[in-house]
Amino acid sequence: MQPKKNIISRIGHSVIDSIWMTGVATRFLVQVLWRSGTSWLRFQLIIKEIYASGVLSLVIIVVSGLFVGMVLGLQGYQTLQTYGSEQSLGVLVALSLVRELGPVVAGLLFASRAGSAITAEIGLMKTTEQLKAMEMMAVDPIARIVAPRFWGGVISMPLLAAIFSIVGVFGGYLVGVVLIGIDEGAFWSQMQAAVDVREDVINGVIKSVIFGFAITSIAVFEGFDAKPTAEGISRATTRTVVTSSLAILALDFILTAFMFRGI
Amino acid sequence: MERATLDFWVGLFVVAGLAALFALALKVGNMNSLATTQSYTVQAEFSNIGGLKVKAPIKSAGVVVGRVSDIRFDNQTFEAVVTMKLDKRYTFPKDTSAAIMTSGLLGEQYLGLDAGGDPKDLVDGDKIKLTQSAIVLENLISQFLYSKASDAPKADAAHVATPNSGAQP
Repeated sequence: MQPKKNIISRIGHSVIDSIWMTGVATRFLVQVLWRSGTSWLRFQLIIKEIYASGVLSLVIIVVSGLFVGMVLGLQGYQTLQTYGSEQSLGVLVALSLVRELGPVVAGLLFASRAGSAITAEIGLMKTTEQLKAMEMMAVDPIARIVAPRFWGGVISMPLLAAIFSIVGVFGGYLVGVVLIGIDEGAFWSQMQAAVDVREDVINGVIKSVIFGFAITSIAVFEGFDAKPTAEGISRATTRTVVTSSLAILALDFILTAFMFRGI
Repeated sequence: MERATLDFWVGLFVVAGLAALFALALKVGNMNSLATTQSYTVQAEFSNIGGLKVKAPIKSAGVVVGRVSDIRFDNQTFEAVVTMKLDKRYTFPKDTSAAIMTSGLLGEQYLGLDAGGDPKDLVDGDKIKLTQSAIVLENLISQFLYSKASDAPKADAAHVATPNSGAQP
């Protein structure tokens, strides 16, 4: 960047830069999808990545799901009790978890737990020139390193979101029925009457799949694009968490606007 | 990590995730109640449906026997046409009457069916003739106020003694 630039050209420069980056990221994603055929043939690579981003995220997902559900139970009871409709606690807990909190909170946790790890790993590989060495050996780093991590994350994310939701519902049950003493039959039957499989459960799963795509594609791109220095890796890791969190929230609004418009 | 351990944990994770999905569909949602049952369609016309919504339950004697599948406005008769899907397991006589009721004082509205005495049963595509519209709270209050106002001059003295006497139509 030349130092002598007026403000208009600086704005133009940054806009063109960001559009250019979007293009680079999109082309990278297309490359990953295009070359991921081999990773599906060598499925063991994907299994290893599902272990890294899915199984190792289980603890944080289960614990936070339980606590989110229990807090929802307590807070929901406080409010519903004012209107004498504390029986609807099951509906409140289940709908808020299945529609919103399950995919969104699991996505945020997944981005900070697994997305950052993917970025740091790929970034360090780039810094230590392992990726270049692979290319020298005629091994495609996108097919060997990036694609398995991408698909491992995409597969893990909806499963984690579903586990988060079900554990959260259990947490709401613990607080509502076991602790406070709402009628168990009313808790489940009202929940089952209000939660629709197509409208709520399937839409929640669609959300979590889309979030999984967004988070892992951001993570692998940031790792692959990181400056090959220690500072570059730390910057890239931060960017992964920030960008994918913002992407989750923005996408969630758009998806909700489309899915639940008429209800 | 050894491959066998890896496979085991990933397998456990995937199975747990799928089990969570199924539990969401079956235990939290109402998959089993709407997917497998066969139904037949019956229509009914109401002059006012109040707050009835699509997917509202249809109850007979308090038991859910179906769901409202469609509500539209008939521009010829200026009435609301409610299409309902009733469970094949339950059959109703042809002169069954339908009424829109409210569960609780401010709860959601549902369609109540009262069986008649006709030997023939309702079949797919039939129309329920006897219907009773939703009770609109505003109309109820205004009726009450009108009757109260027309009673007021002559029942002034009695009104003080028994406050409810004015409400008799």
